[in-house]
Amino acid sequence: MIGGLFIYNHKGEVLISRVYRDDIGRNAVDAFRVNVIHARQQVRSPVTNIARTSFFHVKRSNIWVAAVTKQNVNAAMVFEFLLKIIDCMQSYFGKISEENVKNNFVLIYELLDEILDFGYPQNTDTGVLKTFITQQGIKSQTKEEQAQITSQVTGQIGWRREGIKYRRNELFLDVLEFVNLLMSPQGQVLSAHVAGKVIMKSFLSGMPECKFGINDKIVMDNKGKGLNTEEQVRSGKPVVVIDDCQFHQCVKLSKFETEHSISFIPPDGEFELMKYRTTKDISLPFRVIPLVREVGRTRMEVKVVLKSNFKPSLLGQKIEVRIPTPLNTSGVQLICMKGKAKYKASENAIVWKIKRMAGMKETQLSAEIELLETDTKKKWTRPPISMNFEVPFAPSGFKVRYLKVFEPKLNYSDHEVIKWVRYIGRSGLYETRC
Amino acid sequence: MLPHAVSFSILKTGDAKYFTTTKKGEVFELKAELNSDKKERRRDAVKKVIAAMTVGKDVSALFPDVLNCMQTDNLELKKLVYLYLMNYAKSQPDLAIMAINTFVKDSGDANPLIRALAIRTMGCIRVDKISEYLCDPLRNCLKDNDPYVKKTAAVCVAKLYDINPQLVEDQGFLDELKELLSDSNQMVVANAVAALSEITDSSPSGTPLVWMDSTAINKLLIALNECAEWGQIFILDSVANYTPQHELEAQSICERIIPRLAHANAAVKLSTVKVLMKYMEIITDAEFVNMLTRKLTPPLVTLLASEPELQYVALRNINLIVQKRPEILKREVKAFFVNYNDPIYIKLEKLDIMIRLTSKENIGQVLSELKEYGSEVDVDFVRKSVRAIGRCAIKVEEFSERCVTTLLELIQTKVNYVVQEAVVVIKDVFRKYPNKYEGIIGILCECLDTLDEPEARASMIWIIGEYAERIDNAGDLLEGFLHGFADENIQVQLQLLTAIVKLFLKRPSESQELVQQVLSLATQTDNPDLRDRGFIYWRLLSADPAAAKEVVLSEKPLILDEMDLLEPSLLDELLCHISSLASVYHKPPSAFMDEVSGQRKALPIGFQFSEETSSLDAQSIDSSEECPVVEVEDLLGVDMAPTGFEYGPIGQSATSGESSVDLLSSSLDELGLGNPFLCALSAIPAPYSSPKALWLPAAKGKGLEIYGTFVRKNQEIYMEMTLTNQSTDALSDFAIQFNKNSFGVIPALPLQVPSPLPPNGSCEVSLLLSTTGSIQKTNPLNNLQVAIKNSVGVLYFTCLIPMHVFFTGDGQMDRRVFLSTWKELPAQHEVQYTLENMALNPDIVVQKMKQNNVFTIARQHVEDHDVLYQSIKLTNNLWILVEIRIPLGESFPTVSWLIFFVGALSMNRILS
Repeated sequence: MIGGLFIYNHKGEVLISRVYRDDIGRNAVDAFRVNVIHARQQVRSPVTNIARTSFFHVKRSNIWVAAVTKQNVNAAMVFEFLLKIIDCMQSYFGKISEENVKNNFVLIYELLDEILDFGYPQNTDTGVLKTFITQQGIKSQTKEEQAQITSQVTGQIGWRREGIKYRRNELFLDVLEFVNLLMSPQGQVLSAHVAGKVIMKSFLSGMPECKFGINDKIVMDNKGKGLNTEEQVRSGKPVVVIDDCQFHQCVKLSKFETEHSISFIPPDGEFELMKYRTTKDISLPFRVIPLVREVGRTRMEVKVVLKSNFKPSLLGQKIEVRIPTPLNTSGVQLICMKGKAKYKASENAIVWKIKRMAGMKETQLSAEIELLETDTKKKWTRPPISMNFEVPFAPSGFKVRYLKVFEPKLNYSDHEVIKWVRYIGRSGLYETRC
Repeated sequence: MLPHAVSFSILKTGDAKYFTTTKKGEVFELKAELNSDKKERRRDAVKKVIAAMTVGKDVSALFPDVLNCMQTDNLELKKLVYLYLMNYAKSQPDLAIMAINTFVKDSGDANPLIRALAIRTMGCIRVDKISEYLCDPLRNCLKDNDPYVKKTAAVCVAKLYDINPQLVEDQGFLDELKELLSDSNQMVVANAVAALSEITDSSPSGTPLVWMDSTAINKLLIALNECAEWGQIFILDSVANYTPQHELEAQSICERIIPRLAHANAAVKLSTVKVLMKYMEIITDAEFVNMLTRKLTPPLVTLLASEPELQYVALRNINLIVQKRPEILKREVKAFFVNYNDPIYIKLEKLDIMIRLTSKENIGQVLSELKEYGSEVDVDFVRKSVRAIGRCAIKVEEFSERCVTTLLELIQTKVNYVVQEAVVVIKDVFRKYPNKYEGIIGILCECLDTLDEPEARASMIWIIGEYAERIDNAGDLLEGFLHGFADENIQVQLQLLTAIVKLFLKRPSESQELVQQVLSLATQTDNPDLRDRGFIYWRLLSADPAAAKEVVLSEKPLILDEMDLLEPSLLDELLCHISSLASVYHKPPSAFMDEVSGQRKALPIGFQFSEETSSLDAQSIDSSEECPVVEVEDLLGVDMAPTGFEYGPIGQSATSGESSVDLLSSSLDELGLGNPFLCALSAIPAPYSSPKALWLPAAKGKGLEIYGTFVRKNQEIYMEMTLTNQSTDALSDFAIQFNKNSFGVIPALPLQVPSPLPPNGSCEVSLLLSTTGSIQKTNPLNNLQVAIKNSVGVLYFTCLIPMHVFFTGDGQMDRRVFLSTWKELPAQHEVQYTLENMALNPDIVVQKMKQNNVFTIARQHVEDHDVLYQSIKLTNNLWILVEIRIPLGESFPTVSWLIFFVGALSMNRILS
């Protein structure tokens, strides 16, 4: 199991060090600094073995979080745990930075004592931790309160406490999808998938049981017997083929496996209900058509056509196309029909920004790039053109069909709950090779 | 280190100020503050101490002062003091004892959070006195009403076991821990599982504590559905260590854990994959296996969307899974296409998996991807991509032409390292498809000058030599290389030598001079490989050019499609470690850990059930079908049934006159275990060694005669030989080698024979042996094939190693382990004899046996018998348990042998 946990700043100075096991000596702290943080070469793996001791590290915004062990531990668990600690710290004090870590070191030690015992991860749910790890110090807890805390930390429903009350029972669903695309210069889709998640914000009283329905193909096939997919599409009820999905720990997995129904008792406030991945029938919101011509050794012409490919009534937002330029670029002349384009020398790229663009439109940018003459034989590698955007629909075709709430003990019914659904499609890695 | 005087002018409000310390008199000041009357000041002082401790300063001098602050109702302060205690208690054991009172008091506090905190902290303090005082509070906490306290106590048992295993066993904590498996709270169960698994792994006796049976597994699987994510991991990891009794059990466990594949935590997913991969080996129902295969695909692909660090763990594991069961991901090659922004460690892993998944169906896509990668930035990655194109060519014949074209395009880029790498793989393509692509040789020759790496140069030279008859200026090209011969890498030198000889054999008229030049260069170097190869060619060419042609220009076997595969037994072992560090390193745990206790893991061997036996009734299953048992019998190469013994006289056995001893020795010799008994029963002073036997008669040994035997002295095995020279010439230059054998016996030192050994001379040699060599099963098991070299030639003979030399000095088994093992081993493993006509004194038996590393565990007096229980451990970790009943009267002693083994590793090696 995890033998020790260290947090360093970017210089390799230790900010937090907690040792859980006797086989980890003080020199482990230095070993990691010398061999990984101060290593001459780029780190080639997040797992390093130094003198028969293994180090796992995660680096986030200049802070290194490292776990160390001498045993054959479950590596996936260690990384999941490190990421969880980072989450947890963020939810307590915001951004992970040297200042914040130092300012909260007592809190961090307290957390580390609670969520890792002898190297075994314990309850890491921030909602629950916040009920009893506070920086105020618990002075006046009644017996009932104490018992409630302990039963919650260890409880089956470790993610929700009893006795929550709201005047207005309300819930928000955000379907957030990231479209990933890799396209060849000829416009052939090399790979495309949607990584989606459903984020739920719930303000519900009591211990509500929820049932969540989506237009998943398997469920819909069972329902609309006899209709095949095409007929369903024609009948205005498109379905989505989900390759794989995973759920927050509140969802009863065995029930999903057998009945394909998603039922759960939600944590209070915001959480990620499910994540899913689809690869079939993705509507790609934008298409980038690049044309690169190298004119001699000192000049290059680039033309990029951008087409929006969704309903004309909808608006795409925060559109940004990033066109990489060679390292020896000396000057760029730009003309674009829409939005603003700039050459950013420090990033070696032309950045073309468009605030809004309706569906089924087309616009273009042309650039003349002047190059300095160089003697290096090596050709420019032409990194892909990437783009960012946000559209108000789910590119996978994912639809929420219902979310029903049952609270048997309290007297509010499903239709009294105010429900909101929003669909957002964003770019993940959206790249076109040129 | 943090700078000692950091000032945070902006952030005076947060705790960062505690890092701000002045250097001088710091400890002194802190001491004063710690003893202040004001609570606030004391708390701040403790914070400063902790900050100093973090930075690595030694603040142990403040121990008594910090300890003073322990008695407080402020939980935050208490936790800080405990943190300090955990760090320094070991260095101040006497002072630490002062904390006991508070701990014991806290462990009975009304607040469960404080009870748990006390027990949690106490377990982390490695001071013997404190551990002793821990027992009572721990026992109370294990029975606490509050689940939070109980789950903390469960982990505390593991902590205590780490400090003092004997104490845990004596206090009966293990049983209490086992009881917690049935607790109603999921987290208590989860922590109990984690603690038990750890204790089992580190149990010093090397024998697993038996706690996992089908009922226990059933409980765990029920708890699994209710557990938090970490608990699910603990449970799944221990289920992975359990081998189901029969196929239906395996299937039902699989069905129950499949839903975990949809869990958001990657570790839960991977641990589920581990169990499924292991159980798939057992399941024979093809349809079920297909179902599992289908279910495994989507979660594995989904893992590729996680954080890069997790992705890395996933990819390393997928690499293993794909080698074992490629069908799981064969349609998903696109998922492994590299993203421009992936960290380099992800890119390299993805590339590796891509190649493994390449097939006729997808090679078109893969190839165009690989070509794209050829223009990436990272040199290692580009090289690997180029190499991958070559591997595609070798793997899929239909596409080899396209691959070669792609490689040529890459050569045109003139990027130095791309060209070199391309040349190396093109050589492999030639070796797979000889005489198919020689058209491109011209293009290759053009880039001759750019090649500066040895491997690329050697590959190019090989190509020129191989196709010398078609390259007009082959002679000139090779001559060009020859100019700098002395400065070349040995790889290039060897290749150049061979290539020029090939050229000479193909076009003798033009290259006579060249070949002479290279031969004389090669034979004058210091490198023995190069020199000897030079001489061989030289003699071949001068003695029989036709034979030379046959040898040098013979047809070469084609190279294989699959490369870089892990060795199958290692792969199987690693699959049992899915998700763990071993699977990330692709190395067995022993390769990166200090000490590995317990068994090495191996995939279970499938049950071969007939229709009838696959019923649920476990009773109906013949236990001889369980794998380890069969192996033991196999290993010893003995029919264990008593009827199988052949009773024959053995020539020179040392006897004390009774005919029965001969009988006994021969039957035991079948087992290869008899000698110590002989010794015990006879009057020979211990330790026993058998007399030397004639191993190699002079007639077969070209005049060398060898008598020899094996003995065990000072816990080492020696081979003792008498070498006699019966020939007329003096013998010299002795050397010895053994063939692979069942016990991995190899000479630990070179053979030392005074040479020359004159005619009729004789000498005694004692050769130290070790058992660390490679293992291969021999028949009979203790057979050893030996090769002895001397100035006359190489001589071969075989001999038998008496079993008793393998008895190790640490064969004393723990009493309880002995007892439980004896009970567990089924009757089939038992062999019994009666030693007739023999009166034995138990005391002498015990003593004599001990001298031969047969340890007496227990001695009992039952009615009219004396019963001895003994254990023996062999060098390969095989254990043998013995029971001897010695009657008081005139009847005969009975000996039972029970055999089992620890260390599945050695067995598997023998069998595979």
